[in-house]
Amino acid sequence: MHNIFISIVVFFIKYPKFDISYLQYEKTNTYLTMRKLLSLTLTALTAASAFAGGYRVSLQGQKQLAMGHTGVGVVNSAEVLFFNPSGMAFLENRFNASVGANGLFARTKFQNQANNWTNSTENFGTPFSAYVSYRATDWLSVGLAVYTPYGSAVEWDQDWQGSHLVNNIDLEAIYFQPSISLKVNDYFSVGGGPIFVSGSVNFNRNISRSQTDEQGNRTDVTIDAGGVTAWGWTAGMMLKPTENLTIGANYRSEITMEARDGDATFHDVPGFLSTTLTNTTFDADLPLPAELTVGFSYKVNDKLLVAFDYNRAYWNVYKSLIVDFHNAAPTSVNPRNYKDASTYRVGAQYTANEKFSFRAGWYFDESPVQDGYFAPETPRNDSMGYTGGLSYQINQRLGVDFSFLFLHFKEVNNSYDYYQEDGQNTTFGGTYKNVVFSPGVGLSYNF
Amino acid sequence: MKNKFIYLSLLAAGLIACEPEFNNEVTNASYSAGDADFSSYVAIGNSLTAGYMDGTMSRGGQMYSFPNLLSQQFAVVGGGAFTQPSYDDDVNDYGGLVFNGQPLLDDEVNRFPTRLIINATAGGPETINGTSTIDLANQQAMAYNNMGVPGAKSFHLLASGYGNLAGVPSGQANPYFARHATSPTATVMGDAMTKNPTFFTNWIGSNDVLSYATSGGVGVDQTGNLDPSTYGGNDITDPNVFAATYSAITDMLTSGGAKGVVATIPDVTSIPFFTTVPYNPLTTNLLGGGDSQVGAATMTQLNQQLYSVLDQILTNFGAGDRINALDLGAANPLLIKDESLTDLSAQITAVASTIPQYAPIADFLGQTYGQARQATANDLVLLTTRGVIGTAPAGVPAPFNSFGITYPLQDSHVLTAAEGEMVKVATTSYNNTIKAIAASKGLAVADMNAILNQLVSGLRVEDGQIYTADYFSTSALNTTVFSLDGVHPNARGYAMVANEIIKVINSYYNAKLPNIVPGYYPGATVLPTN
Repeated sequence: MHNIFISIVVFFIKYPKFDISYLQYEKTNTYLTMRKLLSLTLTALTAASAFAGGYRVSLQGQKQLAMGHTGVGVVNSAEVLFFNPSGMAFLENRFNASVGANGLFARTKFQNQANNWTNSTENFGTPFSAYVSYRATDWLSVGLAVYTPYGSAVEWDQDWQGSHLVNNIDLEAIYFQPSISLKVNDYFSVGGGPIFVSGSVNFNRNISRSQTDEQGNRTDVTIDAGGVTAWGWTAGMMLKPTENLTIGANYRSEITMEARDGDATFHDVPGFLSTTLTNTTFDADLPLPAELTVGFSYKVNDKLLVAFDYNRAYWNVYKSLIVDFHNAAPTSVNPRNYKDASTYRVGAQYTANEKFSFRAGWYFDESPVQDGYFAPETPRNDSMGYTGGLSYQINQRLGVDFSFLFLHFKEVNNSYDYYQEDGQNTTFGGTYKNVVFSPGVGLSYNF
Repeated sequence: MKNKFIYLSLLAAGLIACEPEFNNEVTNASYSAGDADFSSYVAIGNSLTAGYMDGTMSRGGQMYSFPNLLSQQFAVVGGGAFTQPSYDDDVNDYGGLVFNGQPLLDDEVNRFPTRLIINATAGGPETINGTSTIDLANQQAMAYNNMGVPGAKSFHLLASGYGNLAGVPSGQANPYFARHATSPTATVMGDAMTKNPTFFTNWIGSNDVLSYATSGGVGVDQTGNLDPSTYGGNDITDPNVFAATYSAITDMLTSGGAKGVVATIPDVTSIPFFTTVPYNPLTTNLLGGGDSQVGAATMTQLNQQLYSVLDQILTNFGAGDRINALDLGAANPLLIKDESLTDLSAQITAVASTIPQYAPIADFLGQTYGQARQATANDLVLLTTRGVIGTAPAGVPAPFNSFGITYPLQDSHVLTAAEGEMVKVATTSYNNTIKAIAASKGLAVADMNAILNQLVSGLRVEDGQIYTADYFSTSALNTTVFSLDGVHPNARGYAMVANEIIKVINSYYNAKLPNIVPGYYPGATVLPTN
């Protein structure tokens, strides 16, 4: 029998060895495949839309904020540098300065009744502004504006139900705007200037809904980019057809913040992903959209001034947020699909006497976020702003300004439907309710 | 000035009062138990109820048992404390079982190995390297709300001595029940009823047919034999025995007026253990180890020297369809042994003897291929067979020593079409029994058979994700719902099961329980090395 089998072996001498690796879970390629596919779990990785306009709280000046944040047709103080730099030319004083800051209290509550989820976030920020103008000649004024139109912070509980979209985000963007204003004649001026933006963003989210390290800690990533700079411009014009009517228009250009080589840091990475989810750098472009404002103010009598503004923000440029990681992780594309949005503002100022003036205002702010794109990083819907404030003139030169803003949001049922998990879109949503409140204080100095 | 500061202080006070509030705040009052009373919830069943996954019970896995997940939702509407057998001694969370520190062996094989993980370096599932610290010697002697006992068949729940520690080494008793049975003579149902259930889930019966199926059909279909004490572990329970047992269990559970949900038994076709390994993996690429040319040469040689020869011999006896020549351009079926075939050993030996080349091994050929045939799509190759294909059976000389290619896969490797039919008949019968008894008692039915069958084409859950009955793969790390043993769900899968049961409770008992979202629950443990 033994010899027989030897002969058979010879008979089949060229019979090759079977490789069953394919059957054993694609053994040879699995690790590489795993790395590649796990990287795909990062495709929904999103940086901040925080540069973005779900959260563009208008707090660029105490006096104008108190008047519903109108101002494109208001010549009141150095704050006009933000609202319409052409208005500098019509300021009474040769030198005007305004500085101020707000305490921004934003609270958001979230709930999902089907799943018994509740959560909330409370955030505080201190946007500030400083404006100075100087009339160099009868027809030329120059000035400098520094302001923070995009300062946003949202901090949910780490690992909360929406942690695959965002745990926390912190955005700061400071605008520096040197400006000039030319008084063409007593009825008409133009003005504008370049804008230099310096910004930073810090954003954290979990890499998926269920991935943890070996100890059960959820795996997350922080992307951080500081010192991101960009240039833009603003230009406006002001028309005073009668003594009591002032009409203004102002345009602020789109500014694209190009974050380059920001830091992406992964935490609580399980061992098998440690070669994939390596700390790396990333590139991302974040558009700050162009904004057009038109409006007017009318002096009803010596004491009462009313103002109306209309803003149009061209948010449609924010199609998606694209984060390009400099490791094996593929480029992450996160649909945002924002739409252009309008804001309607009305305000009034009552100058009681030489010492006191009082202000009030209201506005309706339309959200650029469309249904199905409602992400908890900017969980804000249409809002109505109620504003008020007063100024007290300490002496002829120095005054102190107080303002407050209360932003009212209706509760909203909405969701983000474009989170990709293993190639399938999944939805995260519920009911959101926001309250934003912001008291502010500032000083004005004119001579 | 002073007045202004007072004014500002008022503003600040107003701010604090500015808490966002919903029109309908979600609180426990948003939910209701409906007609059900969850104050004492008891879960009856087998491994699927116990929270078994990745081939074992483990401390970490048990947390995700579907009854435990359910109890967390019940707690919102007045559900009482829910206890599970203690796995505190599973300090390393490796699962497995030992007795006095020693593994329980069966033919030198550890009957209760540690849990399965994916070894990313090797690329496949393995038991985690280490020693179990779950010791049978740690006797709990306690009844729990979760009375799911891994391995239990329907009639075991009523069997005295099923939890007798002394009977475990010989296989007479169940080690999992032995850990916590209140006495050596206790029954699972007896212990369960001491919890005085007001609500129950009962998902028993899978093992009455599934252990036959997972063994590749090595057991016996006991239909007609009404004495379960004579059954082997891998046998199919007689449908009348099942019905009588199920009825008795249901009577006990409802004796105190409890309401509940009973679950049907999943068919094998929705379980990746039976559907992952293709019946026809043999391509030239595979046989050539990635080189199709080499594989083609091999296949040609196999045809000339084995397949065509057998085909010719078998054709003489009207059984030419058992084995056909391999098709170089196609994926060819595995070679399997089918005990339901007429044994043609003698005939093959006789013919082979007349061929000079084959005469010396005619006996061997007859013995080996007498009931051999190529697999068809109706044969289910077991998941565990994946590691067997291509390996050498003991004591068989080359080149006939390649399982599935030159040597037939054995009974325990494949659930053949005939065996699968027996499984299907039994499953259908049990499920009809379950539904009929539930209807007679006014109990809700969670048709897990239908639900898991949806996974075959894809089950879409509320958040839009689609889950399938596929085995673990790297492209579905976030969506695989079966654990690495291929039979039991993983944590995500149990969450899905629990959510389906919630839907049934909500609809049948007019309750309003919050959903469970499977997407937040983990899948397989993947380790860089083992």
